[in-house]
Amino acid sequence: MEGVMSHESDLNLKATELRLGLPGTEESTAKNNKRASPELVDDGELFKLESDAKAGDRETAPASKAQIVGWPPVRSYWKNNVHPKKTEAETGNYVKVSMDGAPYLRKIDLKIYMGYSELFKALENMFKLTIGEYSEREGYKGSDYAPAYEDKDGDLMLVGDVPWEMFMSSCKRLRIMKGSEATGLGCGA
Amino acid sequence: MAQSFPEDVLEHVFSFLNYDKDRNAVSLVCKSWYEIERLCRRRIFIGNCYAVSPEIVIRRFPDVRAVELKGKPHFADFNLVPEGWGGYVYPWIVSLARAYPWLEEIKLKRMVVTDESLELISKSFKNFKVLVLLSCEGFTTDGLASIAANCRNLRELDLGESEVEDLSGHWLSHFPDNCTSLVSLNISCLGSEVSFCALERLVARCPNLKTLRLNRAVPLEKLPNLLCRAPQLVELGTGAYSAEIQSDIFSNLAEAFLGCKQLKGLSGFWDVVPAYLPAMYSVCSRITSLNLSYATAQNPELVHFVSQCSNLQRLWVLDYIEDAGLEALAASCKDLHELRVFPSDPFDAEANVSLTEQGLVAVSEGCPKLQSVLYFCRQMSNAALVAIARSRPNMIRFRLCIIEPRAPDYLTLEPLDTGFGAIVENCKELRRLSMSGLLTDRVFEYIGTHAKKLEMLSIAFAGDSDLGLHHVLSGCESLRKLEIRDCPFGDKALLANATKLETMRSLWMSSCSVSFGACKLLGQKMPRLNVEVINERGPPDSGPESCPVEKLYVYRTIAGPRVDMPGFVWTMDEQVSSSLSRVTERRGD
Repeated sequence: MEGVMSHESDLNLKATELRLGLPGTEESTAKNNKRASPELVDDGELFKLESDAKAGDRETAPASKAQIVGWPPVRSYWKNNVHPKKTEAETGNYVKVSMDGAPYLRKIDLKIYMGYSELFKALENMFKLTIGEYSEREGYKGSDYAPAYEDKDGDLMLVGDVPWEMFMSSCKRLRIMKGSEATGLGCGA
Repeated sequence: MAQSFPEDVLEHVFSFLNYDKDRNAVSLVCKSWYEIERLCRRRIFIGNCYAVSPEIVIRRFPDVRAVELKGKPHFADFNLVPEGWGGYVYPWIVSLARAYPWLEEIKLKRMVVTDESLELISKSFKNFKVLVLLSCEGFTTDGLASIAANCRNLRELDLGESEVEDLSGHWLSHFPDNCTSLVSLNISCLGSEVSFCALERLVARCPNLKTLRLNRAVPLEKLPNLLCRAPQLVELGTGAYSAEIQSDIFSNLAEAFLGCKQLKGLSGFWDVVPAYLPAMYSVCSRITSLNLSYATAQNPELVHFVSQCSNLQRLWVLDYIEDAGLEALAASCKDLHELRVFPSDPFDAEANVSLTEQGLVAVSEGCPKLQSVLYFCRQMSNAALVAIARSRPNMIRFRLCIIEPRAPDYLTLEPLDTGFGAIVENCKELRRLSMSGLLTDRVFEYIGTHAKKLEMLSIAFAGDSDLGLHHVLSGCESLRKLEIRDCPFGDKALLANATKLETMRSLWMSSCSVSFGACKLLGQKMPRLNVEVINERGPPDSGPESCPVEKLYVYRTIAGPRVDMPGFVWTMDEQVSSSLSRVTERRGD
């Protein structure tokens, strides 16, 4: 059945009224001498403008890094099956640690520490500083630095106010602040 | 003269024709041949379930034994077709049940299949033998229980990569004790555990079982139990290929594999523990098909295992194989026909593995029979594509996905037009092509000029203007399926090539620049096309006619507009374009 339909004769745009060129323009035989195909009899006028389009002539901005729907084209069935969903018990709980004035950040795995004191020892070692005594009323006294963290809501909180387990689950990022700036933080709510 | 042969002689001759193309050609010779052929056609393939209605099929072919149907367009695999679009098989089953009580085979792809449909199948066809559901959805394990319980002569149950609602693993126990006919069972897509005892007994009593694909939940330690009961297996899909490292598990496994002298294909390998790969070494030299696309093993264990399979013809693997692994593959597997490399981390812009265009070049140069490629990578060059094209003029399927959209040749920063141009120019038998990377209208000119055997083309984030689309539609003589996303193709090319669309199965365009007005025009002018506009954000006529539609799906049909469309799909036909008559009057033709 398919062989019967010859689309060469069907490209007669006048007969099918599908022509979108300006009224009065003539249909021309293939002007585009790059094309060898005799089927292309009608595109001369319609596409004259487009054939000048250059590769760089694109309005769209480069694709953003945000995920595009359906790209790359991997099947969702396959996506769900390739990587086993790792349980929390297996993966670490890595958070970024920044220190005011330091050129780059570090990352630590909160899971390996048993409590605040171990965490502070590790931070003191990592950044070569001292963190003072914690008190509920006054935060960290007697030191140049105070540890703060960003919680799930994006708020900057002083480390040490809540039980260790709760801190581990809500801490998204650590920030070691200069003592002078840390006086604003203090007693939670 | 056609009359000189008695009908039954012709019927006998026609019985040797298995391809639809041949049978269709024979039907066109004369009326009596049409009549004889239609009465003896036993297998029908319907590539688009909406292209024809069950009634039309049944009227023409009264005695069919095998039906194959496809529903949703291919881009549904990548979540581009909204939920509820269509592809419901139930109306078909109802009609088939009435018309073909002797139906034996139903194969479905990308269709919505309900438990109701499965139950109806299981009860309507007394001699039902084969059920294949590829990438289907909509059914639960209850539906499978009906099939197991009622299909006395079931030979094949293949659930492909369907999405099944897993209510319980108990369904498998519904196979009666006197069911011994199974030849092929694929339950790899199921999540929950089936009763292992029931599975073991089923496998043991089916002496003709050749294909067994287990699901992830079947533990590795139990695999030997099944292999020992089915040493005649030709294709095996393991369950999770992991266990604690214990020597007795290993030796049981190795011994079981040693007994499988017919094994040619392997798949499964979820959660693979590389230490257990050597248990399969005894079968490796006979393996022709290896699907490691779920195996998160890395080199050197991964490549060492693959290199053992010297007779490998088909390899599906994750990009953990890296360039080095592909080079080893090229050296050891000279019979390779098909290679698919999937991305282990598709959403990370940064490469997590050392897999580049070099791996593909190595395999193309080293494997003389390579004809089918699907390759995901993060960089490509024209030089590499030209090398591949020159090495492999026998390429039939070439699908390349460069992860970053519009990525240029990483060496020259030019578009990849030349590279893909070389592919279509050298590979004269190319039937399927998927492109990616930075591409201008020029590549479409090459495709239109050279890709004369191309049947399916997939395009994304490519081209500059309508000229690109026009080159494809006017030049690709064999084109059947065209799917396009995020390209600046609009009305002109589409309307200028409207009649071409009737020679194709379907056209998909999403996030392009086709206007609502053009869709209406196309629908009105081409009554044998269904022009479906998919707009989830609201009716297409709520804005001006020049507004682009979100998604467009055009397919030829003799069944007219479908009646099961959801609220976000509109068919453009005469009723829709009442305002169109004013437009054509203004033209003054």
